[in-house]
Amino acid sequence: MADPATLTMSERLTALVALPARMVFQVLEYPLMLIQRLVGIRGMPWVFLLPNLAFFGIFVVIPLFINFAFSLTGGTQLFLADRVYTGTEQYAYLFDCGNYLDPTTCREDRFWKGIFNTSVFIFFQVSFLVLFSLITALILNQKIRARGFFRAVYFFPVLLSPVVVALIWKWILLRDGVLNAFLVWLGFDKILFFVSPEWAMFWAIFVSIWAHMGFYTLILLAGLQAIAPDLYEAAEMDGTSRERVFWRITLPLLWPNMLVVIVLALIKGVQIFDEVFVLTGGGPGTATQFIVQYIYNTGFTQQVQNFGLAAAASVVLGVVLFVLTMIQLAVTRRRDNG
Amino acid sequence: MAETLYERPSVAEVVTAKRGRGGRLHWTDIFTYVYLTLGVLLMFGPVVWLVLSSFKTPAGLIEFPPTLLPLGQISVDVEGYDKPLPLFRATLEDGSVRDLAQVRRIGIVSQMVDPADPETTIKVPIGQREPVREFRLAWENYKDPLERFNFMRYLMNSVIVTTAATLVTLLINSMAAYGLSIYEFRGRGAIMLFVIGTLMIPITVILVPVYLVVTKLGMVNTLWAVILPGAATPTGVFLLRQYMLTIPKDLIEAARMDKASEWAIYWKVVLPLAMPAIAVLAIFSIMWRWNEFLWPLIVLNRSEVYTLQVGLNAFQGELDVQWHYILAMTVVTLIPVVLVFAFLQKFITTGIASSGMK
Repeated sequence: MADPATLTMSERLTALVALPARMVFQVLEYPLMLIQRLVGIRGMPWVFLLPNLAFFGIFVVIPLFINFAFSLTGGTQLFLADRVYTGTEQYAYLFDCGNYLDPTTCREDRFWKGIFNTSVFIFFQVSFLVLFSLITALILNQKIRARGFFRAVYFFPVLLSPVVVALIWKWILLRDGVLNAFLVWLGFDKILFFVSPEWAMFWAIFVSIWAHMGFYTLILLAGLQAIAPDLYEAAEMDGTSRERVFWRITLPLLWPNMLVVIVLALIKGVQIFDEVFVLTGGGPGTATQFIVQYIYNTGFTQQVQNFGLAAAASVVLGVVLFVLTMIQLAVTRRRDNG
Repeated sequence: MAETLYERPSVAEVVTAKRGRGGRLHWTDIFTYVYLTLGVLLMFGPVVWLVLSSFKTPAGLIEFPPTLLPLGQISVDVEGYDKPLPLFRATLEDGSVRDLAQVRRIGIVSQMVDPADPETTIKVPIGQREPVREFRLAWENYKDPLERFNFMRYLMNSVIVTTAATLVTLLINSMAAYGLSIYEFRGRGAIMLFVIGTLMIPITVILVPVYLVVTKLGMVNTLWAVILPGAATPTGVFLLRQYMLTIPKDLIEAARMDKASEWAIYWKVVLPLAMPAIAVLAIFSIMWRWNEFLWPLIVLNRSEVYTLQVGLNAFQGELDVQWHYILAMTVVTLIPVVLVFAFLQKFITTGIASSGMK
């Protein structure tokens, strides 16, 4: 045992965490030895898997089935046994539209407004997110000074909580916020960003790009660094222009990673909620209300909680995500198999 | 000190350190330079502005245009007055400018005295005076919400949730990973497929039924409702298993020869060797739990069980928004993340780059 005085801070911390953990494992040793004697060594993998599988079962698999059941029932009761079976009524209600391209002609116009808003959001958010992540990754991949610092600059918002991100920007964008002060200083009028639907959507997109760009930049950066340097050296020997190097070498070789990033961004984009909910509250009106907020509002905030409708809407969301995930798996497999 | 004799590089060269090309500045070099500068402003600026604003008094916050630094009016002790008096810079009738302390204000006229000469009172129209201010941090923005409001409670709840959930996550996921990496048994492939399958089901898709399950288990409005549902993470199992597969099987066989029980092999042999992967998962789990919002928002409806994120959201949604408290509490919420990032950046970035998750 080392002299406690010579231990570093992190070693002391580790020891502090390790001690109670050690005790827990030690206490569990005898019961588990008994179990091993009972089930034999061939049964042990299942013993180790049991807690995890139980959690998955209770909180993921069973809910997945209940979700379908819920979506086929009506009424306001939470417990399934008390609910009335209504067949596909909830779905019929959700999809009862005069014209699918115009949310105002739908019976459940909030749902379609949510889908419409989410589509607009992911179209712009994913395009610009991927574009800026690519530019940033290309720049960070150069031999620049203090690369670690700059990488950290673009990356750190990824770790901030959505609530913090939203509050930071809300404070900047308020009527008397610093951005309006800047506009006034430049000679413009103040803009009420959260009163105009277009501006609210713009900032929802902007803030979510700001918060998540670092993550995708990092994936693309890893992809860029995997490109063999000899290719670039050969191009330089030939005197190829940088533009041409980008279009002929970098982009084609990075493309599999780009696809992964695009699909990942789509999967996250469809589920957008936290930042925008805190930033705009879905407003003005329903201008920035997305699908997840529709589910949240329908199932958990209204006077009459409509669990059936919320479940039906989340099944629809689930189908969209399932398709996207399948594409993601295919794309990832193709990338990893070269 | 002797001058160093070498050619000083230009600013652009320092920042971009160009790739050859005989020193000619390519347009992409200039672009790089501009992009990085703007990037630092755009990414850091908002956070710096948050921190600066969080130290302003309520009066300082509603000022438009805002001041850059938090300022407070200087008060001076003047002989003959019990309380310190606020200091103003007044323009007098004869055009001279003096620093005077205000005794009282009557309508649009303020009665002022020179701190050096407290006997004579000078009357100054209030339009002719400006408060004299100095850089001052309004620490009460931090103290008040922690003492008067429930923020200490929220902070505690967040710490409890993050710690407990991370411990449970590490324990059950490392056990599962151990089971899936050390043993060869029938059904292993099926289980792996199952684990990967659950990866596809985000909480947003099963909000209603998980709420039902949590209600049935009687956990609504307890911290358990936040701790347990996300404890088994497919990403965690996956990450740990990949790492444990690299542990040589001979070590485990040797331990079995020594009559070690399977549990002992798990925690005495495999866990210590898997520490790097466990550290990555621990960091991820801490970040996930500390920042989690939608699920706690749904299952925590009473102020006593709010986590910081939910508490902050509730506070900013009130009619009379108290921004001076919100900004300070936002900074408090941000601090652990910044600390984790500052010390463990390498772990996080390599963890993300290698696993493609966050």
